Order: sequence, then structure tokens, then C-alpha cells
Amino acid sequence: MNGMIAALLAQDALTSGAIYALLAISLVMVFSTTRILLIPQGEIVSLSALTLASLEAGHVPGTLWLLGLGGLVVAGLQALSGQIRGAVLWLAIPGAIIAATRLLAAHDLGAAGRMTLTLAICAPLSVIMYRLAFRPLARAPTLVLLIVAMAVHVLLTGFSLMVFGPEGFRTRPLLPGTITVAGMPLRLQALVIIGTAAVLLTAMALYFGRTLGGKALRATASNATGARLVGIRPEAAGEVAFLLAGLIGCISGMLISSMTTIYFDTGFMIGLKGFMAAIMAGLGSYPLAAAGAVLIGGIESYASFYASAFKDVIVFALIIPVLIWRNMIDSRNRDEEEE
Amino acid sequence: MKRILLKAVPVAIATAFLNAPAQAEIKVGVILSLTGPAASLGAPAKNTIDILPRKMGDEDVSYTVLDDASDPSAAVRAARKLVDEDKVDVIFGPSVTPTSLAVVEVAGQSGLPMISFAGSAAIASPVEGNKQWSYVLVAPERTMAHYVFDQMKKDGDKTLAFISFNDAFGDNITREFSAAAKEAGIEVVADERFNSKDTSVTAQALSAMSKNPDAILIGASGTPGVTPVIELRNAGYQGQIYLNQGMANPDVLRVGKDVLDGVMLSVSPVLVAEQLPADHPVKERATEYVTAYEGKYGEGSRSLFGATAWDAFLITEAAAARAKDSGAPGTPEFRKALSEQIQATNELVGAEAVFSMSPTNHNGTDLRAQTLVRIEGGKWTYVPQDQPSQ
Repeated sequence: MNGMIAALLAQDALTSGAIYALLAISLVMVFSTTRILLIPQGEIVSLSALTLASLEAGHVPGTLWLLGLGGLVVAGLQALSGQIRGAVLWLAIPGAIIAATRLLAAHDLGAAGRMTLTLAICAPLSVIMYRLAFRPLARAPTLVLLIVAMAVHVLLTGFSLMVFGPEGFRTRPLLPGTITVAGMPLRLQALVIIGTAAVLLTAMALYFGRTLGGKALRATASNATGARLVGIRPEAAGEVAFLLAGLIGCISGMLISSMTTIYFDTGFMIGLKGFMAAIMAGLGSYPLAAAGAVLIGGIESYASFYASAFKDVIVFALIIPVLIWRNMIDSRNRDEEEE
Repeated sequence: MKRILLKAVPVAIATAFLNAPAQAEIKVGVILSLTGPAASLGAPAKNTIDILPRKMGDEDVSYTVLDDASDPSAAVRAARKLVDEDKVDVIFGPSVTPTSLAVVEVAGQSGLPMISFAGSAAIASPVEGNKQWSYVLVAPERTMAHYVFDQMKKDGDKTLAFISFNDAFGDNITREFSAAAKEAGIEVVADERFNSKDTSVTAQALSAMSKNPDAILIGASGTPGVTPVIELRNAGYQGQIYLNQGMANPDVLRVGKDVLDGVMLSVSPVLVAEQLPADHPVKERATEYVTAYEGKYGEGSRSLFGATAWDAFLITEAAAARAKDSGAPGTPEFRKALSEQIQATNELVGAEAVFSMSPTNHNGTDLRAQTLVRIEGGKWTYVPQDQPSQ
């Protein structure tokens, strides 16, 4: 390996790591506020990538069905429980998005227009998912929530296969081509991904550190009962967490769709790597999750170079020492708490 | 004229046996992967079944199509249903190797021929036990390797690297090509692996390039195989890139766009039917198939996996005409005779190849089953070859 290859591998590692970091952060956020391991987060990534690809091809994306049906059911439930204003809202917003997409899909919207539309279609899916599958079970044990998350994952993968088919799609990069810095070729799209991830991670840090909404989420995470006592509704906190996770998942999907071919089930693998990073952080610490994600990206990239046949074995084998290490820290913490 | 004769012969034979008792219907059971990971292979085969003639000679033919969801145990259940309930005379399919290997056992035990659409030679070789009843129509990897290495020698390329799937498909291509490379005097310098759902193949591409191969072969199927090509070109690889037959579908061109320009592959001639020289042995039948298929499903929709179903029909039609004097369709005697007559197929021209089976060869293809194709401007383009005689 020469310096050039090492640098190219590092670039590849950082790009994958950035995407895994975004997913890991959203998993940590959702878990700490709602105790849900958000396995379907990967599906949000692939759904948004596929939606963007079909908008680029000038088709009406099949995800509209999901948005429409989901919105309808949520609206129906709201109406049943007497919240007419909520019901109208849940009919109007998805309706408006669907109408806008059907009108605009055939036109060339430019990259920004397509991405905005994709965001509008896919981010609400995450909230719909929370409303329908998780909120009614808010007090259920973590294990039940995990199994429900599994079920939602299977459901969304099946839906994705149905509307997008088994073949893969690729989108055009936001910034095509490469630039050469100090003799090193840098892919512009890789820079876009790393830059976007850095901006989003900083924004999240500011949101959790500086704003009332972010602090309310953190309060719910550290003590749900206490948060309720000071007037924070855990349901609302869950909804905000899912909306943020949806936004991040969508952006990740759109970023990665030009770097690789996306299939209906690609999201699961990406989500799994993000999940590993979240585990490294004990599903609690944002900076650790981001660091873990970059580490996984790095191991993956260099393992692919040296022993590509064993790449996934190496990456996933990493979780065993990590779990042992986490277990040691966590049991020490628990002992301290008990004393 | 030749075409009329080919059609007239079975009709003549059939007429000669018109007095035979019981005008039974020939039942064809079809097992395909219409859902699951191999769904993109099953769909064109299903489309082809839909446009197949409903007559073999003057016998009626019925087709019962079952989906195996790309799952071997579901394929076995489907095969049992076809044998026990539908009482079929011959099984077409399944679509892929694992499902086909599973169904070989059912077909063999039940004593009826099975014509697989999958690629692995192991489905029908060695011809013994239950495999006496199974047939494979796709040309083996060695035929592909012949064309690729021929071109490499013409270009003066001496070293080759693989970037293949990390599964049985990739293993098979890498193994067969490596063995053929040794005979052709080409050195294999790297064997990189990736998974179909990997989000990055950059490292594998760099690793292969670091060995400076003159050419790189992609041992993957379908659109996932496009990713390493894009990575190689992005990293500045200038050598020749070869794909393989498993990537010859329109989705590959759609996903790859202009990155695939200049990439070559050895593939069944049906892919470029119209461009074949007039004296190419399969031109006529291949064009017939493509015209029929694209007439119904649109221009550029052709697929090799569909052509295999077409050839299965042609072979069965010819064999059934000869088998009818041994028993009426629906009887064990007919099924046995049908398998014997499929095995006796001699110089039968199909859409994909010219088939000559024997008691030791249940594939029957030769060098005429492949040709070299280059991708130019998002189109499959025939690369003129010396005409193979056998």
C-alpha cells in the first residue's frame, strides 16, 4: 500500500463513516427518548434514496402510497378520538405533498427541488410510523418495542420491493467529478457527504445543548417521569425525536444514493452498521456514537482492501469485544448507582 | 425455407401418429423465482412462457407456472404439487442454481425430465442418478472464458484480476475462469470479493488496481456488478473491464450509463440478434425470439433468461414429437421417452445456442452458444468474431 491508496481508503472510510454516524446519532436519540431500537431507520434511508431516484427519472415515486395511506389512517384515528383539528391536519399535509408531487414529478425541478420534495415525502413517514406502531405501546417493555420495530422493518422492506422492484437505482451526484489537492484526487460528492454530516452533527449538538426543545428531549431521555412533572409530554418528545430521525435518515439516503446503487433492502445493512456504532456508545452518548461510526467505516474500508472476502466477518466480529467492554463499564456504573 | 422445414417435420411426424389412442394434452410445469432475490431472473422467463405456442405439433400444451420465491424448499413444494396434483410431463425451471439442485431430486424420483434455466453445470452433470432427468441449457463458464481470453490475447493482455460476489456465484466464475486462464497462459493476479448489498466497493477496486492487471473481470450478477466498474473508472483504471453473462440485462445499462462504455462481455448471441452476421448459426432463431418478445413487451426488453425458456420449448417440442409413439402424454412411458428424446437432441438450433445432447452431456452447447459484445453508447454492440464451427 502506498500513500496514495491509503489516502483514498481514508476518504472512502470517512464517507461511509459520515453516513453511519448520522444513522447512529438518530438511533441513539430515538432510543434515549422512547426506548425504541429504531431498526426501520435503514428503510427510511433506502426509501428516500429510491424516491429521489424515481423523481430524477421523472416518475411519480411509489412512496406516495405509503404517505397517503399512513396519513389517512392517522387522520382516522385522530377523528375517532375526537381530535378534529389533528385529523384535518393529517389529511391536509400529506394530501398537499401528494398533490404537489403528482403535479411536479414530470417536470425538471433541479436537484434542490427534487431533494426538497423527497424530504417532504419521506420525513413524515417516520412520524407516521411512530403514531401507528409505537405510540400506542409507549409503556410496553423494551423487548416488545424491539419486536414491533422488527415487524415495521419487514413491512417497509416488503412495501419497498413491491413499489420499486428488485432492481437497483443510482442518482446523479450533487457535485460530479473530482478535484486534486496536493496530488490527491478528492471526489466532490464525498466532500459533500462529509460536509453535510459535519453540519448536521454540529446542528444536533447545538439543538440539544442550547435550545429548549433539545433540552426537553434530553430531559425525557434521562428521566421520563421527572420530565412529565415539569410539563414535558413524552409523546410529543417521541414525535419530535422521530421527526428528526426521519429528516436525518432522508438526508443520509439522498447523500448516499449517488455513491452506490440502492436496492429495496440496502437500508438494512447501512442501518445495521449505524446500529453497531450506537451500541459502541452504549445507546447513550452522541460523540461516542459518531466516533464509533467513523471507526467502523475505517475498519470496513481497510478490511475490504486487505481481505475483501472476510470484510463483513471482520466488521461484525468487532461487536463482541465492544459488548464485553460496554458490559464492564455498565455493570460498574450500576454498582455505583446501587450504593 | 429452413424454418418452414423445421416446423413441418414435427407436424409430419405428428400426423403419422394421428391414429394413436387418446389425444391427451402435454402438461408443462414451470417453476420460477417470481419474487425474492432472484425475481429479476424469473420475470422475463414468465413473460416468455406467456408468448409460447399453445401447441406442440398438433398436441395441446398447457403451462402451470408456480413461484418458488427464490427459496429451495418452496421450489421442492412447487415441484411436488406439479407432479402429484397437476400430473405434468416435464418441468421447466427453476430459475437459479440452489432451487434447481433441490428440484432435481423430485424430478428424478418422479421420473420426468426437468429443463433448468439456471447457469450451473452441476445441475445436470455428471449424468447419473437423479441427474439423468435434468438438463441445463446455459453455456458453461468455460465457453465464456474462451471468448474473453481470446480477446485478451488479441489485445496483448497477460494479467487478469477478479472482483466477484462473495457467494457461490462469484466463487464459480472465479474458479472456472482461473482454471481456463491457466490453460490460456493468462496470469490471475488478484481475487477481490464484495457483497451485492455493499455500499462501497472502493477498497476492493483499489486493491485490484494495486496489482496492475491488464484486464479486470467482474464476477457479479445484475446491477450490483456495476458498482465495481464505476469505482474502477473513478479511480482511474485504464485497462479493459469484462463483465459476465449474469449482467446482461437492460437494468445494468440503465444504472451504469456512460461509465460502461467500452466494457466487454461474453454472452449468448441472442442479446445482439439483429447485429449478428447473416451466416451466424443462431441468427434466425434468435431474431425470431427477440421479435416475438419485444413485439409484446417493448423494444430493448429482451433478456437471456427468457430466451432459455424459449429454447426449452423448442427442445421439448422436437422431443415430444419423437416420444409420442412410446405412449400418450400423461403416462410414465411418455415421460421416460420424452427424457430419452431430449437426450437425443442433435444439432437443434435454438435462440441461444445449437444443442447436441448425449447420454453423458445434458447441456449440449458449444462455442456457438456465446459471442463477444461491447457496450457502446449505452447499447450492446456485436464484436465481429471468427465464426466458430463447433
